[in-house]
Amino acid sequence: MISSTVVELSRLQFALTALYHFLFVPLTLGMTLMLAAMETVYVISGKQIYKDMTLFWGKLFAINFAIGVATGLTMEFEFGTNWSMYSHFMGDVFGTPLAIEGLMAFFMESTFIGLMFFGWDRLSKPAHLAVTYLVALASNLSALWILIANGFMQDPVGAKFNPDTMRLEFTDIGALIFSDDAQAKFVHTSIAGFVTAAMFVMGISAFYLLHQRHREFALRSFRMAALFGVISSLAVITLGDALGRLDDLVQPTKLAAIEDTWHTTKPAEAWKVIAIPDQNAQKDIFSIGIPYVLTPLVTHSLSTPIPGIFELEDQAKQKAVNGMKAVIALQDYATTKSPAALATFRQYEGDMGYGFLAQRYAPDQDLTKITPATLPGVLDKTARAAIPNVFVEFWAFRLMVGLGLLFVLVFAFAAYYSLKNQLEENRWVLKAALWAIPLPVLACEYGWITAENGRQPWSVFGMLPTFMSASSHSVGYMVFSLAGFVLLYSLFIAVELYLMFRFARLGPTPHGETPEPAQESTSAPRHVFGEPGYAAKSWK
Amino acid sequence: MELYVVLKLIWALLLGILLIGLGVMVGMDMGVGTLLRFVGKTDGERRVALNIIGPHWDGNQVWFILGGGAIFAAFPTLYATSFSIFYIVMILLLFSMIMRPVAFEYRSKVDATHWRQSWDWVFLISGALPMIIYGAAMGNVLQGVGFHFDWDGQYQQDESFIWYLLNPFAILCGLLSLALSIFQGGAMLMIRGEEPIYGRARRIATVAGLVAALLFVIGGVWVRSIKGFAYTALVNPAMEATPLGGPAVAMQSGAWMNNFHAMPALWLLPLLGVVGMVLGALALAARKPILGWWLGAIAWIGTIGTTGAAMFPFLMPSSTAPSQGLTIWNASSSQYTLGWMLVFAVIFVPIILCYTAWAFRVMSGKVRVGAVDNDHSY
Repeated sequence: MISSTVVELSRLQFALTALYHFLFVPLTLGMTLMLAAMETVYVISGKQIYKDMTLFWGKLFAINFAIGVATGLTMEFEFGTNWSMYSHFMGDVFGTPLAIEGLMAFFMESTFIGLMFFGWDRLSKPAHLAVTYLVALASNLSALWILIANGFMQDPVGAKFNPDTMRLEFTDIGALIFSDDAQAKFVHTSIAGFVTAAMFVMGISAFYLLHQRHREFALRSFRMAALFGVISSLAVITLGDALGRLDDLVQPTKLAAIEDTWHTTKPAEAWKVIAIPDQNAQKDIFSIGIPYVLTPLVTHSLSTPIPGIFELEDQAKQKAVNGMKAVIALQDYATTKSPAALATFRQYEGDMGYGFLAQRYAPDQDLTKITPATLPGVLDKTARAAIPNVFVEFWAFRLMVGLGLLFVLVFAFAAYYSLKNQLEENRWVLKAALWAIPLPVLACEYGWITAENGRQPWSVFGMLPTFMSASSHSVGYMVFSLAGFVLLYSLFIAVELYLMFRFARLGPTPHGETPEPAQESTSAPRHVFGEPGYAAKSWK
Repeated sequence: MELYVVLKLIWALLLGILLIGLGVMVGMDMGVGTLLRFVGKTDGERRVALNIIGPHWDGNQVWFILGGGAIFAAFPTLYATSFSIFYIVMILLLFSMIMRPVAFEYRSKVDATHWRQSWDWVFLISGALPMIIYGAAMGNVLQGVGFHFDWDGQYQQDESFIWYLLNPFAILCGLLSLALSIFQGGAMLMIRGEEPIYGRARRIATVAGLVAALLFVIGGVWVRSIKGFAYTALVNPAMEATPLGGPAVAMQSGAWMNNFHAMPALWLLPLLGVVGMVLGALALAARKPILGWWLGAIAWIGTIGTTGAAMFPFLMPSSTAPSQGLTIWNASSSQYTLGWMLVFAVIFVPIILCYTAWAFRVMSGKVRVGAVDNDHSY
């Protein structure tokens, strides 16, 4: 087995690179759509201001997009560089949506984005508009396919384990593509991107309004973003609810951890708002809940029980007993190819994953060395291991939802005052919009933590444990790559924020040209973001 | 022939086409990045060079991304094993590649010399290093890699990574790949550029093409004495896709020549390579860059084609456990996956080629210094 240090470093690296990538992706998903909307109004109405909006927001989009692409390169290869057992075991199924993402989405997005940026003077208005729409379509198709892939990790449908090749083999592409988990996740995640972009545009527009610059431009952008945001934030919560119900069916351990339900629920079960769970002691140190809410919230019924952690641990023990028989038979079959071993394996193959999980706690990580005396200890540890980190799940989820509700409020007030043309008299709305800019990104990250941490200890739920999935690198290898990523990614975000702040603060000029500052030094900006005293520019 | 075997063969061919496409399209942009500091002495000239590939580099880069994705889908064991065994090299490759999108987008956004010149160095490193690694990886694979598999499919590395970085044959292959990319990039700069970029690109790229031809011939002679791999037992190409328990393989000096002896028509491939490189260099010298560009593509077909023909059916042979080496037969996906992936490839690759060609047509014409001195250009 691979050293647990290497496994943990591999997990850390994947988590950091994925979370970092997702700092930039939501904005891309949403901005492409908003740019398409703005340009549509331009082409239909012919009004220059909408072209200026498309060009200016397009420039900020480009600054963000570049790092989205750069960090996406890492993800495409990181399965192979750091998760070779996973890639070998799952590649038959998992590689397919990744390759289709490249064929269908990446080529389209990357080819047409070049024309979108460079082709204004070479394409007719309708042709350029079509190009912008294709970029928006492609970036969302990209989200679709990668979330189909992730959906498989959460709910491995459409595949069957082949003991002769020792890996999962693809059997049903329809099941993979139309898996409920994949579909719900795709819609939820894309719309989260729309929320992010809406807040970004709205917040920066609010900045201009607070400083009474680019009024016409900012008022229009603000309104568009606010309306887009209201719809998106309501939709994202709806889809989040759908995902929760799916987890109830497909990943009960994730749900139990999210809701911190130690015991299987009864009809009047409270929904815990605040809790401090202690996983070692298997109880809460402290919790405050709202009675009656949990069952209807999750199951949309009044009395369906939700399995608690203790019940799930017992189930895991039983599965581990079967699973160990499957894994021992599998190893036997791998060396002897005996039909008897194969038959035993087939009998217990449904729980094979739990057998793999138990391997970690067997003496010398060898299942055949377990004795009746050591068996209960192994089963206990396996059962505990089958539950993800409750504290992280509970809080990541609640912070995400709390932020999501906040977004609805912010967008609602913003849309209301914008439609009533009373924005500039209600500066508190503008300030709220401005300070809220980074919050959707934070909510997205909490969402991914909930999704991925909640799937632990599995890389593919119920089938392949994470600790078995990593590549057998040395610690030195991992330190090298981690250090390099931290260094490079820190550099990128510093540069990106510098440019983003700079161009956002400069704002659009008449006819969309962001001003080329003369003799600008590369030292830190002299003006603190948002401080008055910045040279005001009135927009006609 | 069984359907599974046909699918494995088709995907081996598609993989080769993908690697060729990667070499041409990504290599071209990499070459421009490598050449940036040499063809452009002023900021304006460098911006012209960047804007020549500006509309296209992102789409071209997807050949690289799809390369990873397609290897994952069609030959997952190869993806899993090679990317992990060559970890240090892959990470260096990744680091150099992820700097490119940032460099393109950010370089000209600040009007400061120090800023722009730093990014110009980034272009050099992120243009040259990936192409060297691309070639060196092929060179390492041709010599066999030290690895074996456990009963559950987990690989174990048997060799130090230092060898992958420093062995002479791999370095030769890396330099060949670099030379081809400089050639292709130079051709593109000539097609869309004017003097002085045109002239500087012409001089460097002509030399690069001839150097590439020389390295290719040296490499070809060298390969005759390298220990290649050959089956010593009967092979069932329709075998289950697992590297365990397969037919015996031996390492033999000159084994990479076997396929050429068995099918002399394959000699066409190295011939195409040399012809592409030499005639390509002559075409650029004769101020016919479009012809030169296409000859460069033919050179890539010859180079990758020769490598594939020599190694067939091996993908990544093992020098420490030869019978566990990865081949087209034992490292592929299931028939179901290969079949469905073929459907998607057959539908989407022609579409991709069409809109890529259209994009090049829309943006055709010379890029002038005056046209790029603004906010919307790189």
